[in-house]
Amino acid sequence: MNQVARVADTSLQDSDRLANLAEDVIRRALAAGASQAEVSASIDTGLSVNVRLGEVETVEHTRDRGFGLTVYFGQRKGSASTADLQPDSIQATIEQACAIARYTEADAFSGLADASRMATQFPELDLYHPWDLDVEAAIALGIEVEQGGRAIDGITNSDGASVSAGQSISVYANSHGFVGRERGTRHGLSVALIAGDDEGMQRDYWYESVRDARRFGDAAAIGRKAAERTLARLGARRLSTRQAPVLFAPEVARSLIGHLIGAVSGGSLYRKASFLVDHAGKQILPEWFAIDERPHLKGGLASSAFDAEGTATADSALVTGGVLQRYILGSYSARKLGLQSTGNAGGVHNLIVSTGEDDFAGMLRRLGTGLLVTEAMGQGVSIITGDYSRGVSGFWVENGQIQFPVEEITIAANLRDLYANIVAVGNDVDHRSHVLTGSILVERMTIAGE
Amino acid sequence: MDSTLALAERRLLAPGGLATGDLDRVFSQLMGPSIDAADLYFQHSRSESWVLEEGIVKDGNHSIEQGVGVRAMSGEKTGFSYSDDIVLPQLLEASRAARAIAQGGAGQGRPLALATGRALYPAIDPVESLPNEEKIAVLREVDAYARARDPRVKQVVVSMSATLDTVLIAASDGTLAADVRPLVRLNVQVIVEQNGRREQGHSGGGGRYGYRQLLENGRAHAFAAEAVRQALVNLEAVDAPAGGMTVVLGPGWPGILLHEAIGHGLEGDFNRKGSSAFAGRIGERVAAKGVTVVDDGTLDGRRGSLNIDDEGTPTECTMLIEDGILRGYMQDKLNARLMGVKSTGNGRRESFAQLPMPRMTNTYMRGGDRDPQEIIASVKRGLYAVNFGGGQVDITNGKFTFSASEAYLIEDGKVTRPVKGATLIGNGPEALTRVSMIGNDMKLDEGVGVCGKDGQSVPVGVGQPTLRIDNMTVGGTAT
Repeated sequence: MNQVARVADTSLQDSDRLANLAEDVIRRALAAGASQAEVSASIDTGLSVNVRLGEVETVEHTRDRGFGLTVYFGQRKGSASTADLQPDSIQATIEQACAIARYTEADAFSGLADASRMATQFPELDLYHPWDLDVEAAIALGIEVEQGGRAIDGITNSDGASVSAGQSISVYANSHGFVGRERGTRHGLSVALIAGDDEGMQRDYWYESVRDARRFGDAAAIGRKAAERTLARLGARRLSTRQAPVLFAPEVARSLIGHLIGAVSGGSLYRKASFLVDHAGKQILPEWFAIDERPHLKGGLASSAFDAEGTATADSALVTGGVLQRYILGSYSARKLGLQSTGNAGGVHNLIVSTGEDDFAGMLRRLGTGLLVTEAMGQGVSIITGDYSRGVSGFWVENGQIQFPVEEITIAANLRDLYANIVAVGNDVDHRSHVLTGSILVERMTIAGE
Repeated sequence: MDSTLALAERRLLAPGGLATGDLDRVFSQLMGPSIDAADLYFQHSRSESWVLEEGIVKDGNHSIEQGVGVRAMSGEKTGFSYSDDIVLPQLLEASRAARAIAQGGAGQGRPLALATGRALYPAIDPVESLPNEEKIAVLREVDAYARARDPRVKQVVVSMSATLDTVLIAASDGTLAADVRPLVRLNVQVIVEQNGRREQGHSGGGGRYGYRQLLENGRAHAFAAEAVRQALVNLEAVDAPAGGMTVVLGPGWPGILLHEAIGHGLEGDFNRKGSSAFAGRIGERVAAKGVTVVDDGTLDGRRGSLNIDDEGTPTECTMLIEDGILRGYMQDKLNARLMGVKSTGNGRRESFAQLPMPRMTNTYMRGGDRDPQEIIASVKRGLYAVNFGGGQVDITNGKFTFSASEAYLIEDGKVTRPVKGATLIGNGPEALTRVSMIGNDMKLDEGVGVCGKDGQSVPVGVGQPTLRIDNMTVGGTAT
């Protein structure tokens, strides 16, 4: 097989090139009459290999470029983007953004984030670890991941394993003179396996996602974990409709924190499209519950010195003692609400949910008799009302012991009650996300089934 | 000379100094004895969007994306590379990377031959189909109309978007095809408030035409009125029931049931790999008698329609389920070749930077003979669900969910109180066997569907008549 030639790391030169381009475009936008301008530009490169049943299935080489410009003519805004950094396309993009700003209307709250809030410190966050992975090595690794699971008795088929290496260079610059550069890597190993029995087939998966490929655990262990998860689902049944306590496994628990983030984000609040409007300073979670934002974690999956508008990020509490300490705001929603940006334009950085003493087994004992949820499906969550109704699968648990797998059931509650009725958070934290939480135990939900 | 091809060559190849004739050289680089097939997918995509919120047009965006995807296939193996620079050296480099999937010397594909085209939609640029001043005026007017419908309307967001995709596809099997694909959409979202309670409603639609056609016959007002109506209904909604019960689904968009419950499970890739709950079941009964479901990419102007798929194959009306019997899968070229059947024109990709795979176009169930009123009247206690958010399916165990955004209780044959959104859950191979009545009111959706698979989004359509399904699980809180 032909090998892809080893390519020298050009990330610093690419970063310089993007920064120069961004500054040049901002100058040209101002020359065209804009009063403010901002640019986001990125180059993402990578290799992704899929293997299935011990053979390579796809090899994909990726190189995606993106360039976006927003201009403000007073308080009128226009934006344009291109995936092509050729001079003609860049010129057309500047013209398009300016043309659009002729038609949009003045919005008293629009504009760049405050100049005084721009980041000035750029600590080394340990985010960039290119993985010098060639195609043959990627295929071999994928086969090892898959084989780890296929070797387990009962696995009958595979949806394939994937190995991906990716690096991203990005620049955000604005007409305050701010230029922020970032380089980051993200690599992944994943596999999905299938087991069949007389009653049908089941499929489940497992994955790891890291910034530094040296952090990957044993490849075959990922396959074994996927196999165990798949086999554990065989023979799943439904439950009768009932009320019961529910334990969300860590990989599902973070979605509960995700709904909270959605409900306290500026866009939902100024539109009054959240069940948590006007809840800053109020008790929304139990008294022992805390969530902290730590944007500067070394190697964190969402670490950054600045947000999507250049505003400096800082450690900050989101929830303390169960009380919502603040909202999640960029400059626009902050102005709409008469508040200050929280450095969250573009989203949250690393969120850390306080954990209790119990590991997963301990959380099962706390659950006692109830439902363990390992997968949630569908979009049945309304941030405006807090109504929550999702399809789930998992396990029925009695006296802290898993009894049998369950599927084709739903769980429902209002998020307001669900958050208030959280009993415990485990210390079984899932580190594959920028929302770091263990399993979450909820006192009672409605389970709908047969 | 096909005018669509000429237009695509002008837009895609000419700027980089390329002509269709140069593609032979690329294929000689791509092909080899162990390469079964290869293709090039050139794409230029231009889109815009405008958003009105709080009574002012706050945002406008314009974007351009272009490039070429190069794919080489050997057995079940696929090598893929792409470039956003459409010039010969980049094309040759991408070809080298793609063909590294298999070894071999120089080989030849078949000479390129132009497929004769058809026109399900006009080759227009929808971005240019209305002056910007008029787009702004439409947004303002729809906003004012929605607010005037009811004093409880507190927020209105109106958005309009248009995309023009120009594609040129050349493949080693001799395929040479081009398509110019307009797509427009208008959306209205409202929030209403009454006694401190807030609810929302959504409506919208569009298709493959220009803005003027989208705005014909007062459709924009109808979307606004519909969004307000839904939001006001939800203000009165009580807790949804929980448990198994008879469900009546309204016509049109609730066809998302078919998309999730059976559509994905009938895509060729899952069936070739044996990972679908429907694998190996052609000829078996998977739905009640009277249930006929097709995937039809050939409907005029529809959001899910395509003259040709993203591999250059003309789309078809593919029979999936005929009178309850499973008849066929949806195929792209790779899976068709490996399964020894023909492509059904379902090879689709989000962009040149992603690989094609079997995807749905417009998936719908044909109408039956029952009066919808008669269907509702037949239910003693159940749920009447007429609008949905989205859905999801696990194709291996067949479990699917979809979330109602507007639903009512049926009590003693009458539609009574509205209930809060609830998730419906079921088992794909089983759910359609419990269809007990099929309405005579088959309707396609308004043109809002987006389907996601393996991280790729494509526009799709769905449709169905009013349906009665016995014993579905409804995931509310009221027990």
